[in-house]
Amino acid sequence: MIGWRFGCYATQVKAKITVTPKKAVLDPQGKTVQDALAHMGYKGVEAVHVGKYLEIELQDGDKAAYQKQIDDACHKLLSNPVIEDYHFTIE
Amino acid sequence: MNFAVLQFPGTNREQDAVHILKNVLGHSANLVWHKQESLGNVDAVIVPGGFSYGDYLRTGAVARFSPIMQDVQRFAASGGHVLGICNGFQILCEAGLLPGALVRNKSLQFRCEHVFLKTATRNSPFTAKIPEGTLMRVPIAHGEGCYFADEKTLNDLKVKDQILWQYSDAKGGLTETANPNGSLWNIAGVLNESRNVAGLMPHPENASEPLLGSADGRAVFESLVHSLANRANFQPA
Repeated sequence: MIGWRFGCYATQVKAKITVTPKKAVLDPQGKTVQDALAHMGYKGVEAVHVGKYLEIELQDGDKAAYQKQIDDACHKLLSNPVIEDYHFTIE
Repeated sequence: MNFAVLQFPGTNREQDAVHILKNVLGHSANLVWHKQESLGNVDAVIVPGGFSYGDYLRTGAVARFSPIMQDVQRFAASGGHVLGICNGFQILCEAGLLPGALVRNKSLQFRCEHVFLKTATRNSPFTAKIPEGTLMRVPIAHGEGCYFADEKTLNDLKVKDQILWQYSDAKGGLTETANPNGSLWNIAGVLNESRNVAGLMPHPENASEPLLGSADGRAVFESLVHSLANRANFQPA
């Protein structure tokens, strides 16, 4: 039994979304983290990209339908296609 | 003229915009709450600065879906004049009404200071009355004002004369040190292709009276008023 909520339905499906800055976009956070890692002595770090991770809990349902819905939401709201890329899984 | 000044949760410069339009320039300006579905009968819309929805997710990303923005889309599509300032610029970019996007300042710092702006074109309803060859000294106050657009979009902006303002030094030089946020091509403000929607990161409304240390920004609003009075000149193609 997983995730019983106030409405007494089980949250069984989860969309896991990763949003990252496009390569062409300046990523000063990534650069700062990269410099910090180098300063700490970690070897071999070539680039760091700082993005976002989102989890959306969904009611048990048709994953294919959710796939379409989440892709639409990623395109319209969760990412900005001008500056970001996204990918997601539905589990 | 009758102006609508939008107000989202987290907007904080709406009174400044109303003040310049109403008290300084003597026009009618009314706040329009973001949940309203209609702008009413207005001549132009100002999307003011602030931190709509706490800048959650991305600046302007949530505000862009507020009910009033549907009517702003309609208003802009029918040739209505819309000016976005600071967060308003970010909202208009998110809404797809302006090209490009605003990302985190290159310095990662929130920058609050006066800058010089070079007007790149006076062929717009927002710059027509800015005295030729002059620079505007206006304040900025933002953490995410780094203008980004892909190469093709940037070239289109240049070819179609859609760059309105660029950060410059006191002599008008578009130098890297004069660029407070890392914006590509020092871009501080742009125009849409139809030339009726504009946005900029700096705050001309906060530099519109000598008491505020600079009255240079006033020319932006005077341009808009002048253009609305002669709007046949700026009808979108």
